[in-house]
Amino acid sequence: MDNIAGSKSSLGWAVNISVVLLVALWVFPTFGLLVSSFRTADQIVGSGWWASMFPSEQTERFRASAPDENRVQRGDLFVVEGNIFEENGGGGDIQSWGTSSRAVDAYQPGDVADLGDGETFTVDADGNYAWSGNEEQISGRGQRAFVTAETPPEFTTENYVNIMTSGDANDNMAKAFFNTLTVTIPATIIPIVVAAFAAYALAWMDFPGRAILIACVVGLLVVPLQLALIPLLKLHVGIGIGKGYLGVWLAHTGFGLPLAIYLLRNYMVGLPRDIIENAKVDGATDFQIFTKIILPLSFPALASFAIFQFLWTWNDLLVAKVFLIDATGQTTVMTDQIVNLLGTRGGNWEILATAAFVSIAVPLCVFFAMQKYLVRGLLAGSVK
Amino acid sequence: MNPALLGLITIALGVGGCVLYFWGSNQILDKVIFPAKGPQAGQNINRANMVRPWLFLFPAIFALGLYLAYPVFETLRLSLTDRDAGGAFVGLANYNQMMAEPKFWEALRNNMLWLIVVPAASTAFGLLAAQLTDRIKWGSAAKSLIFMPMAISFVGAGVIFKLVYEARPADQGQIGVLNAVWLQFEGGIGSFLFLQALPAIMLLSFAAIVAYVGWIFVRPIAESKERGGGKGYVPLRLFVGAAALYLVYLSLSSLIGLFTFDFPYGQPQTWLTIPFWNSFLLMVVLIWIQTGFAMVILSAALRGIPEETVEAAIIDGANPFQIFFKIKVPQIMGTIVVVWTTITIVVLKVFDIVFAMTNGQWETQVLANYMYDKMFRANDWGVGSASAIVIMLLVTPILVWNVYNARKEMK
Repeated sequence: MDNIAGSKSSLGWAVNISVVLLVALWVFPTFGLLVSSFRTADQIVGSGWWASMFPSEQTERFRASAPDENRVQRGDLFVVEGNIFEENGGGGDIQSWGTSSRAVDAYQPGDVADLGDGETFTVDADGNYAWSGNEEQISGRGQRAFVTAETPPEFTTENYVNIMTSGDANDNMAKAFFNTLTVTIPATIIPIVVAAFAAYALAWMDFPGRAILIACVVGLLVVPLQLALIPLLKLHVGIGIGKGYLGVWLAHTGFGLPLAIYLLRNYMVGLPRDIIENAKVDGATDFQIFTKIILPLSFPALASFAIFQFLWTWNDLLVAKVFLIDATGQTTVMTDQIVNLLGTRGGNWEILATAAFVSIAVPLCVFFAMQKYLVRGLLAGSVK
Repeated sequence: MNPALLGLITIALGVGGCVLYFWGSNQILDKVIFPAKGPQAGQNINRANMVRPWLFLFPAIFALGLYLAYPVFETLRLSLTDRDAGGAFVGLANYNQMMAEPKFWEALRNNMLWLIVVPAASTAFGLLAAQLTDRIKWGSAAKSLIFMPMAISFVGAGVIFKLVYEARPADQGQIGVLNAVWLQFEGGIGSFLFLQALPAIMLLSFAAIVAYVGWIFVRPIAESKERGGGKGYVPLRLFVGAAALYLVYLSLSSLIGLFTFDFPYGQPQTWLTIPFWNSFLLMVVLIWIQTGFAMVILSAALRGIPEETVEAAIIDGANPFQIFFKIKVPQIMGTIVVVWTTITIVVLKVFDIVFAMTNGQWETQVLANYMYDKMFRANDWGVGSASAIVIMLLVTPILVWNVYNARKEMK
């Protein structure tokens, strides 16, 4: 359509708008959680996160301070003066105010409300009020006022500080963060080493049964790991590993291997044959060829798999729940802790949103930093 | 011991051990068992080269066998035994028990819905996104953003969407986007346009596209009858045709439901507790994650289409829709199948989303979560293994298809 030289698509603007809408739809939910994690608990329940982008208007009820103690006599009038925000907390720019719940925006800041028989009340934009009248009027309870104030957008990093330093073991993510890291790094590195050797053998060595082995690897790619849970847990308990880091590392290594071998083999097969044959003619052994030629050249494929495995182990819940987390709860990972928080802190969005973002942040950084390799790996692993 | 320290030691031991194994075993093979010197040097080199592949492969084969192949058979065995009776063989009793449970059928029904909706929607959105972003300047940035959910864990995505679906009492401000939008509708003309007219148009166009695709599949059979002589894949074509017919019927009947339904305007809804529809809200989470994957792969495939074919079609007077559906889509059909099957496998294993968001309550159960429930909450390994085997059976056709393709490609 628009590929032909000289013709320009007349639908360019429509395409642009559609893509903007699509991207907005895809980013919107994550963005909402991100914004929420920077708001206080009161702000989150007070208004939707989208409202926090703009100055918010809130109407609240105040009472002037108790007249019997605070009134001052000026001439024949008694006056109570003060500042609404200083006495009641809050702040902002007052937009309108009123003295009755039926007309909360009856007056502009600075207007003087006539309450009858010479009694007056006034509030200015900063919250200073003055209430004056005769001795009888300025007594009893303080005058009510309904004030609509505009507060600028306000964000805080307090939630993050709280969640990383909280004394409550259920809320504190710092430990879970390090546990996740402890699970992830060995579980990413070890399968790469094992798979790289196997992939080299499957790609560049001739031996009977090679085709069948490759077919097995392709088959094992799709075997659901649900099948492996009970037999392996039994095995781990049987040989004394039990539930713990060693078990989860081994499990992740086993589950990651098919994809690792498949990706690396596909990449290694594509390397130029000449280089390898020249090296062989020059007397290099297979081991030397592998370490000196194949490994350095396969860096993109190794990086792709490393990212996959990292994302998968970091984001995993099931394997950690089965092989790692025991009754003491000392080895909980972030995904598990978030699920627990969803149960115990279902309404506390400031905790949930922050905890979720602590866990999401690292994979997102890895994703944006190494997207090129991720895409390359996806294409090598799927399009065939 | 400090787990971090343990981790470092494990990395060192694991990597060091692997390297030492590979290096050492090669050394032993070359220097000790079959030394490449002496009278039998040539023969020894050949022998060493026959053994060497297995040295390279051994750790991987061992791990694969132990962690993936063996559990398949062990799970099959467990599903036929009873743990409480000391592992006695009980035949199909576990399966019978499972079939008698309504929760299992609910899980199976939901899984089938997931299997149809998620791959279809992800592939369709991915195709749309790929086609659109390839045509604009800032396309790669847009792709990055649509692709981003791939990096987010299912649990994290669950939290993200729980906030979207959050409901609060009617007299308080809504903090969930969905309810905030929902409360904007009050039954006027706008509500009619957005809640009835727009979905009706979407349903109709969906039915039209499905009917069109079904027709493309079925037509060769009708034509081949006239010309006498089969065209192959007849069962597959008939199956696709029947499925398309069913989907058209489904969308037309929901069209009627759409106009007779009485919308509860003005009341905030607790979306995740509405049976049947809540499953779709959970599917949205997975679609949101998987669309980026589909888009990246389909976009690469679309770019691989030879331009001459498109240009020839334009010269022949094809309109953009014909070009897309009749020129481009058939050429990337193989890739679409790969994307579809890959997402299907993800769907079959979906666990975290349901576990975190509803835990199978309100009729949202799926097989993987049902299995987890049985194995680790009810401690019923027999029924748990039986449901794992059901998941395996559902995966098997894809497994066979993948292996078949891989073999074909290697020849």
